[in-house]
Amino acid sequence: MPAPFDLLPALLQGLWVTLLITAGGAAVAALAAFAAGLARLSRSVWVRIPALAYIDLFRGTSALVQLFWAYFALPLLGIELNAMTVAIVVLGLNIGAYGAEVVRGAIQAVPAEQHDAAIALNFTEHQAMGRILLPQALRAMLPPFGNLLIELLKSTALVSLITLNDLTFQAQLLRGATLRSAEIFALVLLLYFVVAQVISRGMRWLERRMAVGRELGRAW
Amino acid sequence: MIWDWDFSLEILPDLLRALLVTVEATVLGMALALVLGLVWAIARRARHRLISLPTYWVVEFIRSTPLLVQIYFLFFVLPDAGIRLSPLTAGVVALGLHYSAYTAEVYRAGIDGVPRGQWEAALALDMSPWHLWRAVILPQAIPPVIPALGNYLVAMFKDTPLLAAITVLELLQTAKLIGAETFRYLEPLTLVGVLFLAISLLASRFVYVLEARFGRGQ
Repeated sequence: MPAPFDLLPALLQGLWVTLLITAGGAAVAALAAFAAGLARLSRSVWVRIPALAYIDLFRGTSALVQLFWAYFALPLLGIELNAMTVAIVVLGLNIGAYGAEVVRGAIQAVPAEQHDAAIALNFTEHQAMGRILLPQALRAMLPPFGNLLIELLKSTALVSLITLNDLTFQAQLLRGATLRSAEIFALVLLLYFVVAQVISRGMRWLERRMAVGRELGRAW
Repeated sequence: MIWDWDFSLEILPDLLRALLVTVEATVLGMALALVLGLVWAIARRARHRLISLPTYWVVEFIRSTPLLVQIYFLFFVLPDAGIRLSPLTAGVVALGLHYSAYTAEVYRAGIDGVPRGQWEAALALDMSPWHLWRAVILPQAIPPVIPALGNYLVAMFKDTPLLAAITVLELLQTAKLIGAETFRYLEPLTLVGVLFLAISLLASRFVYVLEARFGRGQ
């Protein structure tokens, strides 16, 4: 293949790892975000405090420091995880902490009357949350979730520093082997950009899908 | 292996010195981001699509590619063009450039918040564009978004460890070196985490103060 496309096969191999970590991290992040976001709204202090501690801990420190800590320091405490697990779990928990605030904010933004009306109709608290509040809040969560997904994609570049052969890692390998820095990094930036565009277009499509029927009034 | 307090105290001065580099990179990077973001935000509103459209895509591109790759790009590719930057300079420029894409968005929100009548009044008074921006729009657009800018300052502070990848001796790189020399990673890495947490939490409180002082609707 003509330059610079001869570099593509090696880079696409790295891109696959990047996509795997993004997908795995997104799953972890979604779980963490809903668990911690809902826990923040709990009436019990014993549920609220651990959620708040998790959110502050992961939002207050640097993602790279978290990765290094889990990869280099955690084994010294007897917990040894492979690099892939560390990457998915740590990046997922990191983005999940930001997502938790999105979940909490979106649920709190649903008008209080919706909750009161559900209770008046003899819904239990759980039913009110699951059938009335969450479905409405979900729509408000989508745009910030899309942004977070792109943040997650970008943060996967950090895993190259804990030896995982993602797109950025492959770029560094190729740079060492060929010294064609400009072509390599231009291609890599372009690949990340394309994936990010796909994500943001996809999320916008999803937003439109979920807005169907909304114009018929407030009732879902 | 358990926590060693003596060792922790011994390495603390080195880490605090490294913290100065981290703070220096953050302050310089933020200064660049504040200026460049404003340039993007104003260029985005240019009447000529030849200016506004490329600005949109440049900002979109910077925002949707990883900071780490941008750091590598500046550090490894620019020398090919004859521009040789020190690791710290390359890191600061990359931080500033990356976050300018975010500050541009913040400024945009601030500018959009200025009532239309202000633009029309300036137009009616036949103000020059320079005078319009400096005397009418920016003084109203910027104060309400200062808390949001503060949030990005905190975010940038937490991204400075990425400079370790191009050997800048900031907090994380220093902790890594200590770990490599002594084979003890637990204390240096944990201390770095604690330092980041302490400063970020303090800084977030500071942003709350800004919010109370400048926030919208006061």
